Amino acid sequence: MYDAPTNNAEINVDQNEIKISARNVQVYYGDSHAIKDVNVDIAPRTVTAFIGPSGCGKSTFLRCLNRMNDTIDVCRVEGSIQLDGEDIYDKRVDPVQLRARVGMVFQKPNPFPKSIYDNVAYGPRIHGMARNKAELDEIVETALRRGAIWNEVKDRLHAPGTGLSGGQQQRLCIARAIATQPEVLLMDEPCSALDPIATAQVEELIDDLRTNYSVVIVTHSMQQAARVSQKTAFFHLGNLVEFDDTSRIFTQPQDPRTESYITGRIG
Amino acid sequence: MSLGLLSLIVLGLAGLGFFVGRSRALAVVGGDGRKLHSLPSYHGQSVALFAALPAFFVFGVWLFVQPILIEGSISATIPDSVIPEGGALSLVMADVRRIADGLDALVQAGSLTEASIAQLSTGNTDIRAMLAAGGVALGSDVPQAVLVAATEYRTLSGAGRLAMTGLVLVLAVLGLVLSLRRITPELRARNISEAFVKALLIGASLVAILTTVGIVFSLMFETINFFKMYPAKDFFFSTVWNPQFRGGSDLGILPLLWGTLYVSFVALLFAVPLGLMIAIYLSEYAGPKLRGLAKPAIEVLAGIPTIVYGLFALVTVGPLLRDYLAQPLGLGTSSSSVLTAGLVMGIMLIPFVSSLSDDIINAVPQAMRDGSYGLGATRSETIRQVVLPAALPGVVGAILLAASRAIGETMIVVMGAGAAAKLGLNPFEAMTTVTVKIVSQLTGDTEFASPETLVAFALGLTLFVFTLGLNVIALIIVRKYREQYE
Repeated sequence: MYDAPTNNAEINVDQNEIKISARNVQVYYGDSHAIKDVNVDIAPRTVTAFIGPSGCGKSTFLRCLNRMNDTIDVCRVEGSIQLDGEDIYDKRVDPVQLRARVGMVFQKPNPFPKSIYDNVAYGPRIHGMARNKAELDEIVETALRRGAIWNEVKDRLHAPGTGLSGGQQQRLCIARAIATQPEVLLMDEPCSALDPIATAQVEELIDDLRTNYSVVIVTHSMQQAARVSQKTAFFHLGNLVEFDDTSRIFTQPQDPRTESYITGRIG
Repeated sequence: MSLGLLSLIVLGLAGLGFFVGRSRALAVVGGDGRKLHSLPSYHGQSVALFAALPAFFVFGVWLFVQPILIEGSISATIPDSVIPEGGALSLVMADVRRIADGLDALVQAGSLTEASIAQLSTGNTDIRAMLAAGGVALGSDVPQAVLVAATEYRTLSGAGRLAMTGLVLVLAVLGLVLSLRRITPELRARNISEAFVKALLIGASLVAILTTVGIVFSLMFETINFFKMYPAKDFFFSTVWNPQFRGGSDLGILPLLWGTLYVSFVALLFAVPLGLMIAIYLSEYAGPKLRGLAKPAIEVLAGIPTIVYGLFALVTVGPLLRDYLAQPLGLGTSSSSVLTAGLVMGIMLIPFVSSLSDDIINAVPQAMRDGSYGLGATRSETIRQVVLPAALPGVVGAILLAASRAIGETMIVVMGAGAAAKLGLNPFEAMTTVTVKIVSQLTGDTEFASPETLVAFALGLTLFVFTLGLNVIALIIVRKYREQYE
């Protein structure tokens, strides 16, 4: 298999730390081998983009990072994934706790059929993050501000979240994920259901989020990867083909498959 | 000619029409089917349809209209003197019909001839004895006027029957011949048969709707008759139910309605939490294998006849509750009680609640659950705070459907709750429901003439309005829920 061409030296020099480190990760869906021997290091306060053609395993790999694949019966994960040096697939790790630390935003906006306020307060409430109503109000407001949607919804916090437009819903979902104060934010094609204007708003938001979180984003759009990410990983047929700085991937790809994909010959 | 034979002949003509039409269509184009607008079998179908449909239509309408017309003309000839005191014209007409049928039977058996019927009179023959020999029992001796009416009835029916047979046959043949002559390569026989399919489907749906309308009207007319004899105010607001078949009864619906609602409430109190928990387990926790086994197993409960549930209530649950709860607590000594009927009915309702709720919970998009798990919620937190609220309208719809089922239930209540109409709170006491009283008011040989029997229709209509209202609310809620995710 291919050695992931990670530039460890550069990461060590530049950032000197690794948030998530995946080594020799294999994922099986029943009999099919969906992810083959993937090694990736996710740096903190960085946007990492996963690109690749449909069915290449990028979403599957993303879902391994907060053990969302646990909810699928036939899915089996091997290898090691460490968050801050701790194996997240260790028996002692509670996947529920893990998901509070590694938040997730999904492809389709999925606000709960509750009010905007209750949507954002959902995570803080179940994790007991606020001692009283005032604190909860503050958490909700902060999250909505970070999610760049506060100004649009501050006058109707108790209106149903499902009544917002698609782009607003997605930003609400991002705010909802931020409200639990995760360390890493996973985004699975967060803009694929949005129009260009809403996409631009979400991309801007992702760029802002980088100051506090490590963001991993799966995207189909290479332009998007180029715009928002600092690191890019290219997946193909379950393999991690190339992982490098975004600027290098898009200007001097090392692997011919990467070059074919970004120039539009495959995928 | 009997009706069955006539139908067979028409069907035979239609069948013949199919084959002739098919071959004629081919013959018209010299055996080259491609020149036809429609396949030959469609031509055959259209010929068969034109042969059968007009004939059967006239057939059906005639059968429906003829007795009404004949009865109208005959009953006008019956003098008031033969109507017994306190009886009605309709009773005399029933006798007329029976005598006419009896005469028919005797003619068929060969013991009478048409000529001898014309000479019959009450003076020279004991009609009652003669008919009794032919297997028709009459309640009293036959007055001359009734006998005359009966023979007249026979003659008219016979003539009508003959005319109908002729007309139906002519129509069938005419339809056959005309549609055969109409066959050309351009004839859109396929569209004709398509239109027929559409009409057939519309007709089928109409049957269901018209039946509902018919039920409502039949209930309504008798209810109006009831309210002419018994004041509506007493019916709806009196708290006493005490029917006396000699008259002077108290027919207040309140104790019955109370019993119905009380038993249904107990049943739902039992069925809703259990059914919901089953639904949650099946849809969220159980693996596909277990679910595949458990769901049908629970649905078996829905297939048990309610009379069997009634036996279970009567023989097992009732005595058990009496011996271990009611008597030790000093609350009652009866094995029939609201609690008995409510518990057993609750068991019956479990599959309604669980199966419907399970489907509804499954319809909540996986994205909702993913969203919740992605925020670090546990399974039960997700179910309580995301899945159930999202499914709530649908679940409420399921519960309302179960409730209307509970309100209309009869057998379990007859056998489990007793027959005493009472307004009480003690669940260990026997009470009764609207449905039970409808049955008991109509059981036995009764004419629908006294308020004591007609009250059954008023009860039925009230119940119907009740359950209809519940069903409508349930449907509205379920529909609203559907819009949310589509």
